[in-house]
Amino acid sequence: MHGRPRKPSTPVDENASAIKAAKIRSIQSQFLHNHHNHTYTNESLEVNAKLIELNPEFMTAWNYRKLAFQHNISNIKPDADVAEADRIRLIIDEELRVVESALRKNFKSYGAWHHRKWVISKGNASTERELKLLNLFQKQDTRNFHAWNYRRFIAGLKNISDEKELQFTTDMINDNFSNYSAWHNRSVLLSHLLEKKVDGYFPKEIFLKEEYEFVRNAVFTDPDDQSGWFYHLWLLDQTVKVDMPKLVSSWPPHGFEITKTTFPVVLFFNEPVEGVNLHTVSVQVEKDIFKNITWSPLSANTFKCGRAWLTHLTIPLGEINSAKIFQVKVSSEDSQGIISLNGVPCSQHWSFAFTVSVCHDLQPEGQSLARILMTDENFSTVDINSNVMNLFESYFELTSDYEQFTSPKWKSEMIASEIDNYRELLTWAECKIGKLTLARLLMANDAMITDTPNTTHVEEVLQLYSELMELDPTHYQYYKDGYSLVFLKQLTSSKESLMKYCWQYKESTSSNITGPVCLRLNSLSLSRFGSLERLLWVQSLDLSHNQLHSIEGLEALQLLSFLNLSHNKLGSFTALEPLRFLKSLRVLNISYNEIGVHTVDTRRYLCSSPLSHTRDYDKKFEEFATADEKVVHFWEAYSVFGGLDVKQLDIIGNAVVDERFVLFLVKLFPGLKWLGGEELH
Amino acid sequence: MGDLAAENHAKYILTVEKKKDDIESVLMEHLRINGAYWGLTTLDILGKLTAVDQETVISWVMSCQHESGGFGGNEGHDPHLLYTLSAIQILALFNKIDTLDIQKVTNYITALQNEDGSFSGDKWGEIDTRFSYVAICSLALLKQLDKINVEKAVRYIISCKNLDGGFGCTPGAESHAGQIFCCIGALAITGSLHYVDKDLLGWWLCERQVKSGGLNGRPEKLPDVCYSWWVLSSLIMIDRVHWIDKDKLVKFILDCQDKENGGISDRPDDAVDVFHTYFGVAGLSLLEYPGLKAIDPAYALPVDVINRILLR
Repeated sequence: MHGRPRKPSTPVDENASAIKAAKIRSIQSQFLHNHHNHTYTNESLEVNAKLIELNPEFMTAWNYRKLAFQHNISNIKPDADVAEADRIRLIIDEELRVVESALRKNFKSYGAWHHRKWVISKGNASTERELKLLNLFQKQDTRNFHAWNYRRFIAGLKNISDEKELQFTTDMINDNFSNYSAWHNRSVLLSHLLEKKVDGYFPKEIFLKEEYEFVRNAVFTDPDDQSGWFYHLWLLDQTVKVDMPKLVSSWPPHGFEITKTTFPVVLFFNEPVEGVNLHTVSVQVEKDIFKNITWSPLSANTFKCGRAWLTHLTIPLGEINSAKIFQVKVSSEDSQGIISLNGVPCSQHWSFAFTVSVCHDLQPEGQSLARILMTDENFSTVDINSNVMNLFESYFELTSDYEQFTSPKWKSEMIASEIDNYRELLTWAECKIGKLTLARLLMANDAMITDTPNTTHVEEVLQLYSELMELDPTHYQYYKDGYSLVFLKQLTSSKESLMKYCWQYKESTSSNITGPVCLRLNSLSLSRFGSLERLLWVQSLDLSHNQLHSIEGLEALQLLSFLNLSHNKLGSFTALEPLRFLKSLRVLNISYNEIGVHTVDTRRYLCSSPLSHTRDYDKKFEEFATADEKVVHFWEAYSVFGGLDVKQLDIIGNAVVDERFVLFLVKLFPGLKWLGGEELH
Repeated sequence: MGDLAAENHAKYILTVEKKKDDIESVLMEHLRINGAYWGLTTLDILGKLTAVDQETVISWVMSCQHESGGFGGNEGHDPHLLYTLSAIQILALFNKIDTLDIQKVTNYITALQNEDGSFSGDKWGEIDTRFSYVAICSLALLKQLDKINVEKAVRYIISCKNLDGGFGCTPGAESHAGQIFCCIGALAITGSLHYVDKDLLGWWLCERQVKSGGLNGRPEKLPDVCYSWWVLSSLIMIDRVHWIDKDKLVKFILDCQDKENGGISDRPDDAVDVFHTYFGVAGLSLLEYPGLKAIDPAYALPVDVINRILLR
């Protein structure tokens, strides 16, 4: 099937082929006849062996050999000349011979390798013989993963040590650096040794130093070969990764003053976790006024895990208007119960505290809602002396009880040394993965928490990504996404940089919806959104005129009530799935996107849907749309928007929008007041 | 950029279906049911499924069923999960899944789940994440996914996740695009993609695109049209397909056509076969090439077929 040249067949070829085919056919039907009649004589085994040699991928043929094996082993007749054990060995050897000859014909045959494994598992295996066979095939093709897998099987069966196998990968790599399979196995073996805390491999900084040197030889010898670079990425990950889940951000932030009677509390972790509940998180407030607190993950799956977790707290009626200020403390309690997807418990102790004062006159959400416009004239710069600054201070200056571990010295030293090495490489090799590696090293360096303040390398990283977009246009979008993330990281890293993008909505009556501040990140060429942990305070967000095709992570912004996503590249309603969690959303603009244009939906399996068994098909949907409209857009829109209380919606400029769809939307949003600039009655 | 010779590819498939006595066909007899799935799905994507006689196909498919409930690659061949999935997929194309004794096929599949959540391909015990995908996809199409231990199945698949973000056949095995497709597909169908580091895997996958615009299956290997399916569908399921150059890939696939005789090969100017014809056409569908029916990246069947089965 692979690698055969295309050539037209001549009548001579066709004739020869037909003759050969008839021959194989005859062997095949002979074999099947024997198989169905359970005939396991020497002759029938020979027919089978011939067939296997012609076609090692014929599964039924291998099954037959196993049946024959079982049959013949159990039917060994007593023989004065040959001992039973020897008879068994002969049968086994014959099987191994057949496998070897099949493998010589096709060393990638799943059937052959499995048969060998099956026979070997019966006992009487000679380690030497198997390793010899492996050496033969691994020399022939160093990337043969069947051979590597079989090698792993033999090593397990015969208790060959990880260190010995590690040496084998060293030899393979020294023979030829371009051996991704050897590097891969190396990473697996080192992980085992680390896990088992074997001397010389634990703690990890011991082996990391040598490995960095080893891989440097490889990539310096041939910078364009990918094998070593992927290994380097693994080393970098081993160096920087924090081995456990941590709380990185929250809403409300520590020290904040809440002035609403009902408000969300969001816990944002560095990775998805399970187990956030009453036992693992405590909410302390006087008189225990918050009853029945339940936490739920902001995610689409049924596994109860997520990076962001949410609960709602409500001041009971009896306590409102009491001119009282409540102190609330949220803290980890038995945090061993919060675990990452890898099963690592969060052993961090964290807490944050905020106040809730409800002595203000509350503005009920107005029944009559003026249309909120979103162009530049409607915004003015934020007054530096306003309350907004308090909000930012909470995020950037006040410390909370999230433990900030200073990175161990060996980490920052190792990263710094690697940065020097790869800067040097790039002086004489215009190497794309080299540049990418340097960018990653610089970002890792900046992320380290050290005693001495760290200079950031953001400008250099952005420059590297720009160079990569030009050097490797095939992967342009990968670098663009990377650029966007780094750009946003820088933007959200300080009060000063963030202020440049904060605006105030001029029309004060609408501040109920827009809040005091609108974060305007429009027209920044953003192809990807990130740094959500810095943006949990955002109530009003403008992301228009960018290149976003996904808003992954936006579900964490629980305060969001005004969202402008117009003029982006959102290609489906499934891409808007995060909105399903934004119960406060009132004003939404998704005009001029690409909904309805694409035949391929890249978010289909990342959202709640019957296709991924994360949501049942909802019969209530048929109240809004007829059964034949259920596929695609109508169902997806129902899935995302059902349950939201949007008052103002703009959707023009998407291929999906037609009269029928508009009627559907109006039914779906009972509270809708403005649609496409027109007031509804 | 060349054009897709859709007519000729359809003709090629119909010819292959009829040819049974040349050497290529005979050597493929043991997986004829896979071949039927590749050929028929391609015809459906090209809008030409009605060119085959539905009843003949279905009755032949059913003749491949073994008394255990599973399907063999051909009549009289031993059953295996790989062939069972193709049988179910073919019936799905014709909207004839109810031809099956659903309980019987389900029981065959569920009995192959092992204690650690993995699946054996058949009673002889070969374990491979390909079989996890096949079992999960089959049961999902039969709407019987709840009959296996999904949590354990997912856990086993995750145990095959590698440090480069990819997946192999068994724990510790090297990442390979074919295995990655199977694992990602299985995780997609079971709503478990949150276990995947999409950025890490996405980068590994997008780096499969080489200078010629084609995709290889793992680092430093040659590009091959079949990876246009396995790498591409994986990228789509984790929403990172924008990280490759789609136009260049389209061009590569089109260059692998035999435009006169029909059919697509693994590489330009190699011999064509049904396997690569299917992956080439399916790949083009995933790349939104005009005139082709949309195909679902996880179930590997046309989107309208999947919607008909699952959005109900």
